[in-house]
Amino acid sequence: MSVNPKKRVAVVGAGVAGIAAAVALKRAGVDADVYEKESGPGGHLTRWHALFPGRENAATVLQGFLNEVKENRLDIRTGTLVTDIRKENGLFRVTTGSGECSEYGAVLLANGFRLFDAARKEEYGYGIYPRVITSPDLEKRMEDPATGLLIHNQAPKKVAFVHCVGSRDAKVGNRYCSKVCCISGVKQAIAVREQYPSCEVMNFYMDLRMFGSGFEELYQEAQEKYGINFIRGRVSEAAPTLDGSIQVKAEDTLLGCPLKVTVDWLILLVGMEPGIPGSLHDSLGLERDDAGFAGCRNKFLLPGYSSVDGLFLAGACAGPATIPDSVNQGRAAALSAIHYLNGKV
Amino acid sequence: MDSENKITSWRNYQKKIADDHYFFVRSCIRQTFFPGSERAFLTIMRDVLGRDVLDDPRHTSCTGIAYHSDVIPLQTIMTVVARHFALMTEAGYSNFLVSCVTSFGIYNEILHMWEHHPEILAETREHLWKATRREFQVPANVVHTSDTIYKFRNEIFAKAKYSLTSRNGESPLRIAEHVGCHYAKIFPDKGEGGAEFPKVLSGMIESWGGEVLDYPERRHCCGFGFRHYVVRENRGYSVANTRKKLESLAPLKPDLILANCPGCTMFMDKWQYTLGEMEGVTFGADGRGIPVLTYEELAGLVLGMDPWELGLQMHQVDVEPVLKKMGIVYAPEKKYLNAGGQYIGKPMVPDYCCL
Repeated sequence: MSVNPKKRVAVVGAGVAGIAAAVALKRAGVDADVYEKESGPGGHLTRWHALFPGRENAATVLQGFLNEVKENRLDIRTGTLVTDIRKENGLFRVTTGSGECSEYGAVLLANGFRLFDAARKEEYGYGIYPRVITSPDLEKRMEDPATGLLIHNQAPKKVAFVHCVGSRDAKVGNRYCSKVCCISGVKQAIAVREQYPSCEVMNFYMDLRMFGSGFEELYQEAQEKYGINFIRGRVSEAAPTLDGSIQVKAEDTLLGCPLKVTVDWLILLVGMEPGIPGSLHDSLGLERDDAGFAGCRNKFLLPGYSSVDGLFLAGACAGPATIPDSVNQGRAAALSAIHYLNGKV
Repeated sequence: MDSENKITSWRNYQKKIADDHYFFVRSCIRQTFFPGSERAFLTIMRDVLGRDVLDDPRHTSCTGIAYHSDVIPLQTIMTVVARHFALMTEAGYSNFLVSCVTSFGIYNEILHMWEHHPEILAETREHLWKATRREFQVPANVVHTSDTIYKFRNEIFAKAKYSLTSRNGESPLRIAEHVGCHYAKIFPDKGEGGAEFPKVLSGMIESWGGEVLDYPERRHCCGFGFRHYVVRENRGYSVANTRKKLESLAPLKPDLILANCPGCTMFMDKWQYTLGEMEGVTFGADGRGIPVLTYEELAGLVLGMDPWELGLQMHQVDVEPVLKKMGIVYAPEKKYLNAGGQYIGKPMVPDYCCL
């Protein structure tokens, strides 16, 4: 039985926001197709080992989302890149990389975010010095204790984290805060200390934004229980030493003095960048906010409503967001889409 | 180290370097400390590479050292710079070729200010007109002399007599490079290879057969730092910075240090003797200093120019170990003779040795 396109919704992206939205639509009896460019659903969650603030296992959380996909029999078109979306005569025409076109009454964008490419901060030498890695790289390493941060089978002695890599940084054109890196850095610092108790861990930060439930407590625990040294100051330069460890230069802005330390690993807490391709912004006439993310029509009254009628936003494509934020936004956007299809907006 | 990614980083900073017809401006201090460098540069550009370079004796200091030491106000240095551009314009050139890294930074900084503040450019034009009745065009291309040697490095090597390898050609010379701070740290896009992984000197070294050493303090200041050195009370800070660099590169046992800035070459060369006298330390593998060369001197050696014509006897740290390692045929007995064969004197203490 074919469904009237006017009553169907396309969900672009099968990360946590996209899954939450699609499940909500399905449960309300609305037909939804989910497009996912990767080979499987889950988005960035698939690359994470543990989640803040409680250090829950990411694979377990991911499985919860996948169970929902299965239970609700979601139709997720994996490996399918949406290349074009146009609104014509009140319908959205969605085109994929293979040239297939489908029409929908509403579209829900849940494209998520791109990780900041740390190589753009040339002074840190990411991609050039092997012991300079990013926060997602660390998550991957922590999945396997046999690899972890071991160096020639020995535990690392010193590890440093750099906060705000690609965020709050006018030099790279990103003035906004990526929101999740502060607490990620605290969580990862604790994980390193737990795995290597003799390892000295230090976090270089500008200021720490512990906005969420349990975040501030974890930050205090990191200092009091785990002895992690939080240094207010931005790293200016990283350079390799003869044995491959990394010499770091920074300024301790509380003590007002320059600082030089050699660490076994330098971990860059990379931020988020807008995930919606520029071509979709152009073809849809979709407005951006000041940071370049998809802008909503009214951030107080209509969050999740894009500048285009019938086009809704969920998750980090509309700005940096945590997993719970993204899930809530996905569900809210689904409800907004249903109202739109029913002519209530 | 991932060389491929490093190359990608270099490729992000490919600057435009004019191919011919340059208006050349000299450094204030190089001719004193490394007297053969600029002459060798002109010989290489004109006679070896067949390029047109105008060396106008009417140009003056850019006053960069005084500007950075807060002695010369901004309006004055802008007017001096404008006069240099006027000389270039009057001579019918548009490619400005700068020998000094400090000056290179000054020219780029002032052009940047003029671009963003046309009213300052208009004011400078007025100042120059009132002072000299001259007018000028801004250059189409501003390059440092090391940029041009980098650009023509393969042409130079095609005519080379020696390579940067040991005499038997089996092992490359191990070379630590130091790029002057004002070459690319102010404007990374004005430097070949950018500020973090500059290619300008390492490209020459690799093209001529040498091995580039990456050392932790590669980006650190040489110790010049203008008022660190100009103000006597701060001079200890200057020496301390040079020591930091030398201590960082010494474990890699370099055969020589290559620099592209007049001040850097001077301080990394001469402070080695100072550190020897102050602390009884040397940084070379043989208990002596590490020779420090300018890129023109190195290009000259590769091309087979006479080391004493290049002025290498004027270096504080003896360069003969490098000549011997490269297998260069030279006359040691002529080291302290001038072009007319007259004895010019030699240092009472040739170098500091802690063997």
